[in-house]
Amino acid sequence: MDLTELYHDLILDHGKKPRNFGKCNKFNHDAEGHNPLCGDNIHVYLILDTDKKVKDISFEGSGCAISVASSSIMTEIVKGKSEKQARELLNAFFKMIKEGQEIKKAGLSEDEHIKFSSLAGVGRFPMRVKCATLSWHTLKAALDDEKKPINSEIID
Amino acid sequence: MNLKDIKSQFPIFKFNKNLIYFDTANSAQKPIQVIDALEDFYKNHYANIGRAVYGLAARATADFESTRETIKEFVNGTEGEIVFTKNSTESLNLVAHCFGKFLKEGDEIILTEAEHHSNYVPWHFLRKKKVNIKFIPINEDGEVEVNKLTSLITNKTKIISVIHISNVTGLTTDLKKIISIAKAKKISVCIDGTQAVAHSHVDLKDLDCDFYAFSSHKIYGPTGVGILYMKNKWIEQFEPFNGGGGMIQNVDTKNITYASGVSKFEAGSLASAEVIALKQAVKFVKDIKVKNIISHEQSLASYALEKISKFNDVEFVGRPSNKGSVFSFNIKGVHAHDASTVFDEDNIAVRAGHHCCQILHKKMKIGSSLRMSFGVYNNKQDIDAICESIKKCKKIFKLK
Ligand SMILES: Cc1ncc(COP(=O)(O)O)c(C=O)c1O
Repeated sequence: MDLTELYHDLILDHGKKPRNFGKCNKFNHDAEGHNPLCGDNIHVYLILDTDKKVKDISFEGSGCAISVASSSIMTEIVKGKSEKQARELLNAFFKMIKEGQEIKKAGLSEDEHIKFSSLAGVGRFPMRVKCATLSWHTLKAALDDEKKPINSEIID
Repeated sequence: MNLKDIKSQFPIFKFNKNLIYFDTANSAQKPIQVIDALEDFYKNHYANIGRAVYGLAARATADFESTRETIKEFVNGTEGEIVFTKNSTESLNLVAHCFGKFLKEGDEIILTEAEHHSNYVPWHFLRKKKVNIKFIPINEDGEVEVNKLTSLITNKTKIISVIHISNVTGLTTDLKKIISIAKAKKISVCIDGTQAVAHSHVDLKDLDCDFYAFSSHKIYGPTGVGILYMKNKWIEQFEPFNGGGGMIQNVDTKNITYASGVSKFEAGSLASAEVIALKQAVKFVKDIKVKNIISHEQSLASYALEKISKFNDVEFVGRPSNKGSVFSFNIKGVHAHDASTVFDEDNIAVRAGHHCCQILHKKMKIGSSLRMSFGVYNNKQDIDAICESIKKCKKIFKLK
């Protein structure tokens, strides 16, 4: 596989200039994720409003291009979605990365679909799967109100 | 030494034709002699050691014990002071655990900021007993500031446990100075020699420390074997670390007496085939001669440092003046893991991460780094190849 398929422009862009970076105001859910082997850390913050919609979402942390890009893209896609959709998306993400399953367009705009699928190539680099899934595991932990930091080394 | 011949003694490079291996500090590849010795023992001579009186077992035991002798000679140790463990980590845990039994609330241990987690975490356990841990700082270059040791010592200081050669920066600690300061104050000294053996001269009689730990798999030997040199006085005074078969003298329903000597610390069936094959690894190193290994690895390290320094966006993790055959760096703007993936595409094995040295990385204000470490099988072409790969990496990440 050509490395530029992994490190293509979209990933490099989000890796260098992550969107929704920082702590969002008045978040009511958050969780921390670590990948002790790599030293990657992430903290996801989100506001779930009364009708269970992700009103705002952001993240802080440090890591490789893939983990930062994956976090950044995740926040862009999940913002404005219902909690149910967010949970469906994270399951679809794990399926895409780990089982190579293509994701259906349903519920995603053209642009969101492109961004979501841009990380599919990571599946072909088994050692890097954890980098891409860390933010999504942390999102799940935030939705589940998991108090203890999660550890992607153990989950994946 | 004839390098081509040496590389050809490592089957891994036949099976992986284009492999360039820069991860000897993590674990060394194995020469054919070691692999053959494992196979020969399992196929032709296998029996558990130390237990039975039949010939097969007696011969296996003698073969096993002769590795102890070989190791003793190799590091110029003393008869009866070489203990086999499962790795360097276990050797250090043994020291911290057993030595820790003598410590009381308020007693002090001194480490350095360059320690591998395996020479910090075992000591950390003693904080439960309210034992304090102090660190000799490292400076910007990654050098242990040994001149600050005296000011850290109090009448509560009981042991100083330090790294011999850093697995990140390659720094070589001034052990002579540390040991002489410690001796004057009757403080014990433990040394993590995991990266030093087979890459530098190790003479335990000359050093005269209390403990010295290293691993077989880092010196071209099999996995699953660690070595702990400990002075006889500690062999006598320490309580056993593990209990079970092989470490007892007499057992009845009320009392147990322990075996004397190193057996006290070697409970249960040991990695006999691996210990026996380790002898071949030591022979391999001795045949090449440590002084030749040093000059080979030093010349590679200088060549690599010179070539990699030419990239304007490379940052080194410390630059200790007295360095072994290891160093670490980052390409500014590219995370170490991303760079390592790019190198991997060119069959270049380089470890990325904090290398089990988070204190050092935090002190240097970096999260992770790329580590280059050399073994007898590396050559200048390997270094030219990684420089090409660094160029490729810069291109992928659109760096100028
Ligand atoms: C300096 C140092 N100490 C200790 C260790 C632990 O060695 P092992 O994993 O063989 O127990 C290592 C290995 O990474 C090391 O580099």
